[in-house]
Amino acid sequence: MKHVLQRIVWLPLVLWAVVTLTFLVLRLAPGNPLDVIAARAIETDQIERVRAEWGLDQPLWRQYLTFLGGLVQGDLGIALSSGVPVSRLLGERIAPTIELAVSALIISTVVGVGAGVISSITRQRWVDYGVRAFAVVGMSVPWFWVAILLIIVFSVRLGWTPVGGRITAGMPYTTLTNFMLIDTVLTGNWPAFWSFLHHLALPALAIGLTSAGFVARMTRAAMLEIMRADYVRAARARGLYERRIVIGHALRNALLPVLTLQGLQFGALLGGAVITEIVFAWPGVGRMLLDGILRRDYPIVQGTVIFVAFCYVLVNLAVDLLYHVVDPRLRRA
Amino acid sequence: MAATVSSQSSGVQQARAAPAASRWLRRALNLAHRDTLACIGALFLLGVFTGAAFAPVFSPYNPTTPNVRERLALPSPAHPFGTDELGRDLFARILYGARPILATGVLSVCVALLLGGAIGTASGYRGGWLDNALMRLMDIVLSFPAILFAILIVAALGAGLVNLIIAITFSLVPVFARLTRSFVLSLNHQDYVLAARTLGCGDGGIVCRHLLPNMLPLLLVQTTALLATAFSTSAALSFLGLGVAPPTPDWGMMVSDGQRLVFDAPHVPFFPGLVIALTVMSVNFVGDGLRDHLDPALRNR
Repeated sequence: MKHVLQRIVWLPLVLWAVVTLTFLVLRLAPGNPLDVIAARAIETDQIERVRAEWGLDQPLWRQYLTFLGGLVQGDLGIALSSGVPVSRLLGERIAPTIELAVSALIISTVVGVGAGVISSITRQRWVDYGVRAFAVVGMSVPWFWVAILLIIVFSVRLGWTPVGGRITAGMPYTTLTNFMLIDTVLTGNWPAFWSFLHHLALPALAIGLTSAGFVARMTRAAMLEIMRADYVRAARARGLYERRIVIGHALRNALLPVLTLQGLQFGALLGGAVITEIVFAWPGVGRMLLDGILRRDYPIVQGTVIFVAFCYVLVNLAVDLLYHVVDPRLRRA
Repeated sequence: MAATVSSQSSGVQQARAAPAASRWLRRALNLAHRDTLACIGALFLLGVFTGAAFAPVFSPYNPTTPNVRERLALPSPAHPFGTDELGRDLFARILYGARPILATGVLSVCVALLLGGAIGTASGYRGGWLDNALMRLMDIVLSFPAILFAILIVAALGAGLVNLIIAITFSLVPVFARLTRSFVLSLNHQDYVLAARTLGCGDGGIVCRHLLPNMLPLLLVQTTALLATAFSTSAALSFLGLGVAPPTPDWGMMVSDGQRLVFDAPHVPFFPGLVIALTVMSVNFVGDGLRDHLDPALRNR
């Protein structure tokens, strides 16, 4: 319990550190935002005006304090290129990225745990080899390439899925929560619902399948270790059905390391979502980040990086807390 | 050597030389049999490095000169991997395009190993406030997803080969620092370190003569694993257009350029992506082989 409290107390400090590091990396690097504005501005007094407007004529510490003060109120600054508040831009992009990352997480967990369990209990060597090969391939293959392979097979050759986007253009759609799956179900808009699932399938599979390999490998290792444990032997001695032993005894315990792994993987999934969004023209945070980088729009880069890092920190904390819920031994300790 | 020796002296030595050669061969075959995947991986990597270093020897084509008459040619004996939309030979571009990814991957892992190793050793060996300060610093970096931190650095510094190396290095340093620190902590309490200290061996001596040699095998295994990460990160960054500038060929960039051609010429994005996958996979295989060999406790993980 003490450990949990400690983590929660540390949280604001960790978030502050993330913000500060992001700010410093972007400000201390050569090529400051003014150069970008200068490249666009025609007259020098315009540069001076912009400089004052963005507070760039202030010393670094004052800029930092202004930035922190704004952040506490949910203000991430204003995009240099469009003049729109970054928090509003981000607000539009969060839902698509979460949709993608969560569906990828579900695919990777279901496929990974399933494959891992099957390979650990099967007596057929080739199944086991197959799963291990799948794990190595999944760990090695670049996400963006898998995404393109899926496009070549399912969109170009078979014509089953669209090449990119989040929903068919021109499809009538009412926004409630900005999460399309929820919105379309709530409004009973089934054509839009199917269109969305069609668009989601390939990007989610691209991320989910590649990370499933690693999950399978972890599950397999955990299962093999647990199947040798005394309580499994005891369960066998009591004459329980094998299926009951595997699911009720072994898998329940094997899921603990897998849970940790998935928490850590979620960061990778977010990173993968950033890259996969670009392949599939998925209108999420990753697309926004890359556009920000290419336009050298620092407030956008700063805002998106901070947002993704916050997600990562919070998910890891959640996993840590969940661990205590799932494993009673930790609660007593 | 064996030939000159045997020509001068008696047949006894000749008889001894022959089994030595065959023993060496048998040992190599044995290794290949026991760890086929690691050997295949090592051979593939050798091929990639050789191909990149001596690219002009393996392909007569220039990787950057367009040849409009042979646009989007399918794989054929003249163009083993076909050509791209400007008629440039894909095989040649893949040979030359290996250079940026290999250079960024290997260099950033080496620098990160040195930096992270130094931080981890100092942290683990000294302990106290230094340990606390360094490790909290590493924790901050680790609270970013690795690829995101690399993207952040490239965003700040701008695209380009050197900045790519800096970005990947910084995303790997905390991992190396933590690993080294844990190795130092576990070795520091071994009896032989205690013995050396009792005998009056200084800190430098203990670190260099006792700790480093003993953690080297473990570190080598992890370094190989992280080399795979470095290659993947490098490929991803260059896929995002944050690597070398065109027309210099580069694997990640070739995939992103080829993405437009999925309908007309899917082989253009296919082959560069395939070599990225095979290279990372080979590093993983070699890493697994090394681990089985050097760190038997971790086998089957």
